[in-house]
Amino acid sequence: MFRWLVGAFAFAISLGLTAPLARAADPVEVNIGYIHHAGTRETLSLVMQPAENDGIAGARLAIEDNNTTGKFLNQHFNLDEVRLKAGDDAVKAAVTLASHDGFIIADLGADELLKVSDALRDNGTLLLNVGGLDDRLREEDCRANVIHVAPTRSMLADALAQYLVWKQWKRWLLVVGSHDKDKLFADALRRSATRFGAKIVQERTFEDTGGARRTDSGVTLIQRQMPVFTQQAPAYDVLVAADESEVFASYLPYRTWDPRPVAGSAGLMPTSWDAAHDQWGAVQLQNRFVKLNSRRMTALDMQAWTAARMIGEAASRTNSGDPKRLADFIKGPDFSVAAFKGQPLTLRDWNLQLRQPILLADGRMVVSVSPQEGFLHQVSELDTLGVDRPETKCKLH
Amino acid sequence: MWRYCLLSGLAASLAAAAPAHAYVAYVSNEKGNTVSVIDTDSWTVTHTIKVGQRPRGIEFTRDGKFVMVAVGDDDTIQMIDTKTHEIADTLPSGPDPELFTQDTSGKILYVANENDNTVTIIDIAKRARLGDIQVGVEPEGMTVSPDDKILINTSETTNMAHFIDTQKHEIVANVLVDSRPRFAQFKPDGSELWVSSEIGGTVSIIDPVKHAVTGKIEFAIPGLRREAIQPVGIGITRDGKTAFIALGPANRIAVVDTATRKVEKYLLVGQRVWHMAFTPDEKYLLTTNGVSNDVSVIDVASQKVIKTIQVGELPWGITITPQ
Repeated sequence: MFRWLVGAFAFAISLGLTAPLARAADPVEVNIGYIHHAGTRETLSLVMQPAENDGIAGARLAIEDNNTTGKFLNQHFNLDEVRLKAGDDAVKAAVTLASHDGFIIADLGADELLKVSDALRDNGTLLLNVGGLDDRLREEDCRANVIHVAPTRSMLADALAQYLVWKQWKRWLLVVGSHDKDKLFADALRRSATRFGAKIVQERTFEDTGGARRTDSGVTLIQRQMPVFTQQAPAYDVLVAADESEVFASYLPYRTWDPRPVAGSAGLMPTSWDAAHDQWGAVQLQNRFVKLNSRRMTALDMQAWTAARMIGEAASRTNSGDPKRLADFIKGPDFSVAAFKGQPLTLRDWNLQLRQPILLADGRMVVSVSPQEGFLHQVSELDTLGVDRPETKCKLH
Repeated sequence: MWRYCLLSGLAASLAAAAPAHAYVAYVSNEKGNTVSVIDTDSWTVTHTIKVGQRPRGIEFTRDGKFVMVAVGDDDTIQMIDTKTHEIADTLPSGPDPELFTQDTSGKILYVANENDNTVTIIDIAKRARLGDIQVGVEPEGMTVSPDDKILINTSETTNMAHFIDTQKHEIVANVLVDSRPRFAQFKPDGSELWVSSEIGGTVSIIDPVKHAVTGKIEFAIPGLRREAIQPVGIGITRDGKTAFIALGPANRIAVVDTATRKVEKYLLVGQRVWHMAFTPDEKYLLTTNGVSNDVSVIDVASQKVIKTIQVGELPWGITITPQ
């Protein structure tokens, strides 16, 4: 008994001495799954066409970064990819991943993500949502096993609105696409206008009547259509387009009847990341990404990078690879992650949404970064973006 | 009238009693691609030197003959001849050099190369590369222990201070600190290593023998968000008693009593204060203020900002003539 006590004491001492050395005695393996759909979406601009590995390319870079740090801590990170083909069952695939991965980075539709999170509810796997912008996933449909790294539509809309209001472009002509996600973005924009004192002078709907996004004589026709579509509007400062479906917004700049700037889904666009972002050490990340993937880094790449880095950060801070311990740390008050946005990113504890500055980019340059100066908040200025604690409908349990 | 004469006479004798020690400060202007040369007697910019792209880390060679400046976007370190103010030579750093440090003899230069997770070792006299050491992601802060035995490198995304044996060129210990460690500085007696964490908002004090964090300095400024307090440059007086810490976009320098590890005062300087350098007599401390494009002069004894000097675009690093 005495010997045991002495042994335990000596062990405690050696632990106390070695822990600050940031050395782990036993190797730690951290397995991370990544689930997304095969194929890419169509965009109006060829330049914006996402690559096949959009998103997961960012996660791969973060795994490299985590492993560089891991060398010093005896930690190793692995990434398992599942690429769903048409007809594949996301739940089945996620359950298989969860059998050996404590974390799953998910780029799925909102309903799919909810089904997956409910299926994994009791097995301790933490889901990191990198693709879903839907506010409802953080509000009435929030789940305790899903962390949201992607910003919400309301965060994106607020980031844009703050800048437009600061610029004194307060009269908006809102043009909305005819698909559901366009309407959701328009809802977010209306909410932002009310919050920050902009006025929507008129709303128009751009019906998707089908047809190819690319034709050999496209420009001639568009040049006639867009001025006509935007004529006879009441006096406005900026045209705000809600077109996540990529049907019309990119056709608007330079073609409006009145000479007005375009924002929203074209022109000045709110985003979590842009290939042109170079502040706060971001060039280093951009360079590493290009070196690894031979292309520029998109918002989805960055969201996936951040998700995998959050897991790596938790592993190095806790000196552990235990998924539950890491998940608790990520959800706890001491967690923050650096992601080249000029300030630490933390989680909103009421709905597990990652707080983050939002970039406003025009496709070539980053024009500004929100929150804008002067939009104050009693807790964090980042909480001027999106649904705040007093308004939340989320009940985590 | 008499009194006036007496007073002015007194002033004249005071000035004579303290002969002006004119030093020269070199400031790297990150966006301007220039180096501003400041005369510390007249507190004016006497020369502006065109250098390579994105000059940041800047230091005098120990003999005072050259000023080395890391021009990150040109992947090299340029050597400015301090007599002619012309670029006389370059040093073979790795890609994207940002900060560097030299040993006490001034023979060996250690460079942090942000793009490929390495520290490059250079023989300054031979202008030759001696080797590389693999470190964590985005190496940045660099300093050498007063006895030259240990090189410290901080890595910004790995969030560690790496302790490197300067003889064996091997990492001997890694100490985790808060997010984005940017700058490292030993106390002059080598008893403590101070590391600033820009995003974590703290300065970690590390015992260099036990390789353990023994304390953390936190900052609180009324009316400022916590996120706006981003510690970067650190300057410690030769007696080891007082530390000055640049707080980035908080636009302030924190004055810390190193014995109690408490912040005694915040000095308001220009916007986004990056780095600093003492005059060799330690009467003045000069800070570079990135966003306001100027340099603040702090009177060290009275702990007051006495002067602001306009320099080039986005001043970043600063070095002052060795004694």
